[in-house]
Amino acid sequence: MIDLRDKLVLALGERDGIPAQAIAACAESAGGRVVYAATQCFV
Amino acid sequence: MTTECARPVSGGLRPVVRAARFAIAHTPALIAAGSKPRRELAARGAEEREALLRHLRSFEDAVRYPPHQVMLGALPPEALRGIPRPWHDRPVAGARAEGPAGRMVDEMEFYAWLARADAASLLYVTPEFARTLRTFGAPERIQTMAGPDLARAVARGAEPLRRTPDETVGAVVPAHEQDESLAAPMLLENLAAKVTGGLALRALLDAVEPDAPVDYLIGCGEEAVGDRYQRGGGNLAKAMGELAGVRTAGASDVKSFCAGPLHALLVAGSLVAAGVYRRVVVVAGGSLAKLGMKYRGHLAAGYPVLEDVIVGAAIDVVPDDGRSPTLRLDAAAAHRVGDGAAPHQMAQVLSAAPLRAAGLRFSDVDRYAVELHNPDITEPAGSGDVPYRNYQMIAALAAQAGEIERAAMDGFIEAHGMPGFSPTQGHIASAVAYLPHAIAGLTNGPLRRVQLVAKGSLFLGRMTNMADGVSLLLERNGAPPPGGRPA
Repeated sequence: MIDLRDKLVLALGERDGIPAQAIAACAESAGGRVVYAATQCFV
Repeated sequence: MTTECARPVSGGLRPVVRAARFAIAHTPALIAAGSKPRRELAARGAEEREALLRHLRSFEDAVRYPPHQVMLGALPPEALRGIPRPWHDRPVAGARAEGPAGRMVDEMEFYAWLARADAASLLYVTPEFARTLRTFGAPERIQTMAGPDLARAVARGAEPLRRTPDETVGAVVPAHEQDESLAAPMLLENLAAKVTGGLALRALLDAVEPDAPVDYLIGCGEEAVGDRYQRGGGNLAKAMGELAGVRTAGASDVKSFCAGPLHALLVAGSLVAAGVYRRVVVVAGGSLAKLGMKYRGHLAAGYPVLEDVIVGAAIDVVPDDGRSPTLRLDAAAAHRVGDGAAPHQMAQVLSAAPLRAAGLRFSDVDRYAVELHNPDITEPAGSGDVPYRNYQMIAALAAQAGEIERAAMDGFIEAHGMPGFSPTQGHIASAVAYLPHAIAGLTNGPLRRVQLVAKGSLFLGRMTNMADGVSLLLERNGAPPPGGRPA
């Protein structure tokens, strides 16, 4: 378990996995500060 | 259903998907022009280039590659389950470059068609190579340039054409020195799309009612054809029609990243159902930019570079012919602006909701054609088994709906899914790769329903964070619905 409070977060999502916005929302709710969020498509 | 001329037909007709064909151009010498190799080779230098050259496949090896035989319709996708991976180690004995679903062409024939497709006279080859290309069908008027002049042109921005990765035999010159949309690499990409789409269209028309006029072409590839004032202005479909010798058709393009072909099929079916047109062909050229997209993973795994083909497609949509699979417009779904983009939300919108609206259960669909990327290509690069992930989501929704037990998910995937087999030519892999098999299975085979599900990564263009998706249901012609009510 990582404590995200006061941490800077890079949220890298994947189209067929978890979108970046979902990762960012989770990280922010855990106290992290999202400084970059992007969803990628790897195919 | 032969007609003398293009004319509107009466409304309320049920559209069917009559045929689909692919043209697969094997272009190993162009891999260096793919987006990823171009950048990596520039950054990593000669050693990387040598490594790439050592891992190229011959045309014969590409023909014998089991997933390509599936694309050509010579093997069913399910046959891949019985072939140990990696599949390039298991060449298909007696494999041919043509099959019921299309044909493969080698690099020489592809270059000959590039010369034919060069309406703006931007392609030059050496005099010696011109003589060779004419034996492969290139036109007499092909423009020539001596080797030293070619080298100077390439130094000034022309895009080289190579016979082998180290032998430059031609070049595409820029159409305008200050227009990025008409830069030579863009033009070669667009010509490659035009050629592969045109070849697929020609293959379709040669095989299916060649005398029946095509009324409309809908393009749906990944290219952006245009100039500095209208990037991506489009209508490559019309250029493909010209190349394929189709004189009767109007044309336009539909775009939505990799979901473009299913949007185009939805529009094609609607035009036929409304009686606007009698024969609509959806066409798509292949993506040169995606050549070698995952080559570094292949080199690391000791594989050949498996992304060495550019794939075009053509799909024939006509009114009900009493035989071909029905395109159920009442069971189509397009992902809406307000829909969530998480995978479970996407599957809910594209698979569950339209089936429920049509009174169908998940198990009423015999095969789901999802993102059918070949895992041999994606897994060495760390991208996983994409179709399997998509099937997991559909099976999970079937379990959530109470149709199957959670423990039965793997069995559901085995029964209703298939191994990925498509080259990573995004819009081709997005469901339509299965179309020839779906049509065969829904006419002469045992299938009753196939759901096509495609996704598009709109967020890559940075204009939105949304993804996109479309699903279509194909049904055996005249199939009674579950419960026995006549269709």
